[in-house]
Amino acid sequence: MNPESPQRDLFQYALRLGDNALINGQRLSEWCGHGPMLEEDLALANIALDLIGRARLLLSYAGEVEGAGRAEDDLAYFRNEREFRNFLIMELPRGDFAFTMARQFFIDAYDCFYHQALQDSADSTLAAIAAKTLKECQYHLRHSSEWMLRLGDGTAESHERLSRAVAELTPFTFELFAGDDLDRRMGEQGIGVDLQAVAAAWNDKVGAVLTAAAIERPAPAFTRSGGRQGLHSEHLGYLLAEMQCVQRAWPGLQW
Amino acid sequence: MGVGAHPASTRPATARLPRAGGVAATEGAESLETLRAALEQVTDPEIPVLTIADLGVLREVSQQGERVQVVITPTYSGCPAMEAITQDIKEVLRRHGCADAEVKTRLFPPWTTDWLSAAGKEKLRRYGIAPPPGPAAAGEAVAAPRCPRCDSGNAERVSEFGSTPCKALYRCGDCREPFDYFKCL
Repeated sequence: MNPESPQRDLFQYALRLGDNALINGQRLSEWCGHGPMLEEDLALANIALDLIGRARLLLSYAGEVEGAGRAEDDLAYFRNEREFRNFLIMELPRGDFAFTMARQFFIDAYDCFYHQALQDSADSTLAAIAAKTLKECQYHLRHSSEWMLRLGDGTAESHERLSRAVAELTPFTFELFAGDDLDRRMGEQGIGVDLQAVAAAWNDKVGAVLTAAAIERPAPAFTRSGGRQGLHSEHLGYLLAEMQCVQRAWPGLQW
Repeated sequence: MGVGAHPASTRPATARLPRAGGVAATEGAESLETLRAALEQVTDPEIPVLTIADLGVLREVSQQGERVQVVITPTYSGCPAMEAITQDIKEVLRRHGCADAEVKTRLFPPWTTDWLSAAGKEKLRRYGIAPPPGPAAAGEAVAAPRCPRCDSGNAERVSEFGSTPCKALYRCGDCREPFDYFKCL
């Protein structure tokens, strides 16, 4: 493939979406068996399962578009850290429950507005995946929004922990809307989405929920990015080591 | 789970699958209607009272020459039952003498609980799982389900997530029993 052929672009675009879902899903699955209560343990594992399911659809499609014989598992298990294209916010350590919920809330809101727009993609496979994904994001967002209210407007400690999580995560949210040349080219072809419109809807939603949760919205002095270029935090390597170790040790192993 | 037996323990592996009366796999495929009827009996591994026809997962069965193509639409994108259902479909076709089978996944239009048959909803209720009370509304949590045990409308949500992706946990305010709810999507 040419570095900038439409096929290469579509491959990269599907790969980015797939990597976001995969890394967020893997991170969230760490709560399985460790949730603060049984219901929440089930909820987090269920949401992680939805994310892994979405990643499988997107990575399978990316492999198909690439046409180099790579299947979903090849893309998930046999790429190194610098080849992953997820946003940095997805790979941050799970932190405490407030941190996990604040991250999910930011991502769920983004996913809802992003996939709402992607449903109209000129690429029929991405449009179909988006329509499927949107239904799931909507109840994920309902779940994380409720926790934002409960924690923000709960005890002094839950309020303090959520405030700290929101302040720590906010610098990482700008990367979600930064866009680059690939986003621009996909937008021009009607395949990608209008990131500015997604950003506006996201800002309104986040502002409304933070206000209701009595959490002050921070104005960060700096922002963090680099995931799109494969420039990750130290945390991704450890996550991949755990996620990939079985396939790396026994390549092609099947259950 | 709030039901009599754990579904996993009630699932008779592949014994439930219809057999083609001793017909060996090599004797040629049966008519499309027979195959379709057999496929409509394939059950969900996690809720074995429901067939894939009740669920609306089975979308199309068609034949071109020797090749039989089955189209399914997944319920939830990460639901592991889909893999088991695909295997069961292939097994049913094989038992009916169909050597060349293909199971295709169709994502659009996305699966919705509106495709659950009325018979399927009644089976769910009798199994102890409250069926969705009405049509799915985009992005909205729908009205509380009725208790599958005492039919009370006074139920409270415990969690929007349950033992499988398709279920939520509720508790009846009258008989006080917890129950699973097959959530609206």
